[in-house]
Amino acid sequence: MSLGMVLALTGAVLSTALAGIGSAWGVGLAGQAAAGVVAEDPDQFAKVLILQLLPGTQGIYGHLVTFITLSQIGILGGTAVSDTHTGLMYLLACLPIALVGLVSAYHQGRTSVASIGIVAKKPEQFGKAMLFPAMVETYAILALLVSILTITNIH
Amino acid sequence: MGDNSYAFAVARIRVREKKLLSDSDIARMAAMKDEAEVLSFLGERGWGDAESAKSAEDMLSAEEEKTWALMKELKIDPAIFEVLEYPKLFHNLKAAIKEVLTDGAHEKIFYEIEGFGREEMMRIIRDKDYRALPEFMRDTAAKAYDVMVNTRDGQRCDTIVDRGCLEAMLEKSRRMKNEMMKSYVTSQVVVSDIKIAVRSAKTGKSYAFLKEALAECDAISAEGLAQAASRGEDALFTYLQESGFSEAADAIRQSPSAFDRWCDDRLIETIRPQRMNSVSVSPVVAFYLARENEIRMARIILTAKANGFGEETIRERVRKMYV
Repeated sequence: MSLGMVLALTGAVLSTALAGIGSAWGVGLAGQAAAGVVAEDPDQFAKVLILQLLPGTQGIYGHLVTFITLSQIGILGGTAVSDTHTGLMYLLACLPIALVGLVSAYHQGRTSVASIGIVAKKPEQFGKAMLFPAMVETYAILALLVSILTITNIH
Repeated sequence: MGDNSYAFAVARIRVREKKLLSDSDIARMAAMKDEAEVLSFLGERGWGDAESAKSAEDMLSAEEEKTWALMKELKIDPAIFEVLEYPKLFHNLKAAIKEVLTDGAHEKIFYEIEGFGREEMMRIIRDKDYRALPEFMRDTAAKAYDVMVNTRDGQRCDTIVDRGCLEAMLEKSRRMKNEMMKSYVTSQVVVSDIKIAVRSAKTGKSYAFLKEALAECDAISAEGLAQAASRGEDALFTYLQESGFSEAADAIRQSPSAFDRWCDDRLIETIRPQRMNSVSVSPVVAFYLARENEIRMARIILTAKANGFGEETIRERVRKMYV
């Protein structure tokens, strides 16, 4: 296997690994808070579950980028990477979602916890509470777009 | 990441905060016609249980137990509450010194504290076995005992023990990693120092007395306070205004109960920001303190109603609530 292929695979692995770690952190943290609310007020289950799931999207984005990369570099399709230069480009293209996914999922988890606190005290404010963690999502989506656009345009 | 491990506990606390008594609940309770009506109102809010519904003291004890049970259930490290128990420990020390060195037994004035209840504390003082006390109490115990033996001045003995307690609380809070507890204890020391200074200024106490009584802390200068209070009330008011405690000076001028209210409200103000905190242990500790505050308020109202005090008298004594 060429060095270029190793670099491209590293990028694909990092996309799922780092964004997944961030999502695991975020969903885990929000899950603790959600469980706390349900322990006292089980009627809020559906609302807090939605807030818990929000930081999970980064893991899905990372997985998507990995899938697209593997489809391009000869693992699931496309042509194998033979030169270091192209491999490095795949690695760099994967980094936006890997890094932004990691950091944004963690912070989205913390924001979800704060919003779960709002639902705990004022369940009728769920709509407003959901907007705060949703704002963090913007940056994960931007990173996803950059990664996908870059990967699909490497020749 | 350590703070994040309290996400479950804080979320549970957030739901429970909805059940805390608010300022308007306290105002309603103050306006009720008698103790039975207040007990019934609290019962409807879930206070007490079937057995304690008709006795004020039983209901309040049941509520205190519920709060402790919740803290245990949430697995909050008991060490964080230790500093809040110091006043009870030092109170027992004070009571034991006086009981050993004066005639008469005062069993009911002791708090029941494991290892430092009436019998144990009396033995320690009688045998001068200060090593049996926690390290932060030893010097204070020896000093207070010697002063009591040599001068028989109970007030001076009290001021030494009270200062020892405040300094021990400050020292303990400095070693804790919890910022809210640090500010809460600092506020307690500030409030206690100002209370001592006000009383001393009113009764014309000397600078030497004040120097011995006031605890040093970062938020207020004990030296400045002692100098001002020893010069009289006007000098103390001026000093408080210049030191950023103009609200305290205004409250002192208004009435003794207004000043007491300022002291208690300041402590509640210290913990109120925790209502917006989501992931550390602080909101849980703040909830515990808020519960203590509302139980104290309920006790004031129930006692006042049982003794036939009017609404206005009660209103003067009620404090700001956490929610």
